[in-house]
Amino acid sequence: MGNYLITVAVNIAVFSLLALSLNIIIGYAGQSMMGHAAFFGIGAYTAAILTNKGVNFWLALLVALVISGTLGAIIGVISLRLRDDFLAITTIGINFVLVAMFQNMKLFGGSLGMAVKPLILFGKRATAIHFLIILLILILLVCMLIRKMNRSWFGLALASLRGDEGAAQSFGVNTSQYKILAFIIGTSIAGLTGGIYAHRMTFIFSSSFAFVVSISILSMVVVGGVGTIRGPLVGAILLGAAPELLRFADDYRMILYGGVIVLMMRFQPQGLLGENSFVMNKIEKYIIPLLKRKGGESNA
Amino acid sequence: MLLQQILNGIMIGSVYALTAMGATLIYGILRILDIANAGAYVAGAYFGWYIYLKTENLVLAFVLSMIITGLIGVLIHRFIYAPILSKPRILPIVPLVASVGLFTLTGDLARLIAGPGTKAYNVDFGVDVINIGKLTIVPAWILIIVLTALLFTVLWLVLNKTKLGLAWRATAEDADIAKAVGINTNSAMALSYILGYGFAAAAGIMVGILYNSITPALGEVPSYKMLSIIVLGGLGSPVGTVIAGLFIGLVETMLSAYNLTFIPKDSVAFVALILVLLIKPSGLISKTNKI
Repeated sequence: MGNYLITVAVNIAVFSLLALSLNIIIGYAGQSMMGHAAFFGIGAYTAAILTNKGVNFWLALLVALVISGTLGAIIGVISLRLRDDFLAITTIGINFVLVAMFQNMKLFGGSLGMAVKPLILFGKRATAIHFLIILLILILLVCMLIRKMNRSWFGLALASLRGDEGAAQSFGVNTSQYKILAFIIGTSIAGLTGGIYAHRMTFIFSSSFAFVVSISILSMVVVGGVGTIRGPLVGAILLGAAPELLRFADDYRMILYGGVIVLMMRFQPQGLLGENSFVMNKIEKYIIPLLKRKGGESNA
Repeated sequence: MLLQQILNGIMIGSVYALTAMGATLIYGILRILDIANAGAYVAGAYFGWYIYLKTENLVLAFVLSMIITGLIGVLIHRFIYAPILSKPRILPIVPLVASVGLFTLTGDLARLIAGPGTKAYNVDFGVDVINIGKLTIVPAWILIIVLTALLFTVLWLVLNKTKLGLAWRATAEDADIAKAVGINTNSAMALSYILGYGFAAAAGIMVGILYNSITPALGEVPSYKMLSIIVLGGLGSPVGTVIAGLFIGLVETMLSAYNLTFIPKDSVAFVALILVLLIKPSGLISKTNKI
């Protein structure tokens, strides 16, 4: 039972990182990225190929990060030329083409998938709990990075960019530069996560990086709340744990998944915990005054 | 041999064009990418299969399935898309995510109701193949090409010769101005969904007859191929969609017939799309100069 819980937790942690990184592109920079799983895959395959060739795990992770970030920069440059819908379709396309490549090229193990050399930590084979610790540290670092980013000039520039790009430009904000930077940060985190995921699974298939996975990540971001840190985290926990909790209703899982997404978009497009959402309004109305009153009493 | 491949390509291409037409009509009016259109394709194939199973009447299967699917489309617009789009300042990705959710729902509902296995149409045309010289023609091809041509003619007549079509074109041009001069933009939107989802349903039945099998996963390939076709056709242009659909159909058939594929056949559309977007972002057929 303990092992099972840890396995679920690792899965949720992986998707938390993916959702947080996608949110940098979608939520903060306002760009319609629909192929995030492709970068997850690039990272996974890069790191796997390298460690299979005998490269050190940490070095392989770094290379995975750099390569997916570089390809992300290319998408960033493309995004400068394309409007929302076109960018969405292009990134969907890139996701499909990449998965087709993973599936058909010998380098990536072809349709049978690819074995990854297990990770050795301190002389022993790493277990799920080690990966969980690594992932949790990473989540913490990424949350701190996003917080810092939001309070910096970069965060302000991104806020102006998703508010009104034309106005931002006319005030002298170099929107192109910031857009590309957001793509680089988001995709390199996805690549890094992929590298860790590959070593956790010790066997990777192209289907783990398909468009459906991009949609799952996207759903986590929008169900939780776009443009916040808490949103993607809560989304990843809810939708990551849902398949486990709904095991008994396995047959209805995808229906619930699809239904929840449609209803969320219809009634709460800002997400459960986004700005001005139903839940946040209730929290602000009831819980925050409660905390304040308590704070006031202790002061007095 | 070449003629045979061209015929093949035209047949596949017309199914593509028919599937993508719904997405084009909806984009033209609402400016949203409706992936759920591929859900209409699945739903239509299943409705058609059920009606044909019960009545053994192919015409009835086509007509009823198109009407039912079209009406479902109107309801989906009325209760899901219209309220989403009426909200001020939504992220551009919101309607797209909703449509992906709808698409997932349709495929899975089909699986739950009709079962996960394949279903066969078993339509009997009397002859298996028709040979004209070196040309081999399957009767289903004739059905597909003729019916697609017929449906597109109807579409052209509706859009260009009727008042409703005029309302559609005006709304596609500028929805706010159209509303201001008293055009009923809601009926133009309903027209998009009836025709669009209806066409997708017809395409679903055609593919079901052609391969004699339908599965709940039927919509997966069209869901994304459709997107690249509507963009290649210049987003929102019905004529462009027909040309782009035929183009992709022909290119795919040629590439696989002469073993020229270094990439899987189904990603040809996307490679073409990415190239075109980078070279000419307005699509193959641009309508920027139209008044």
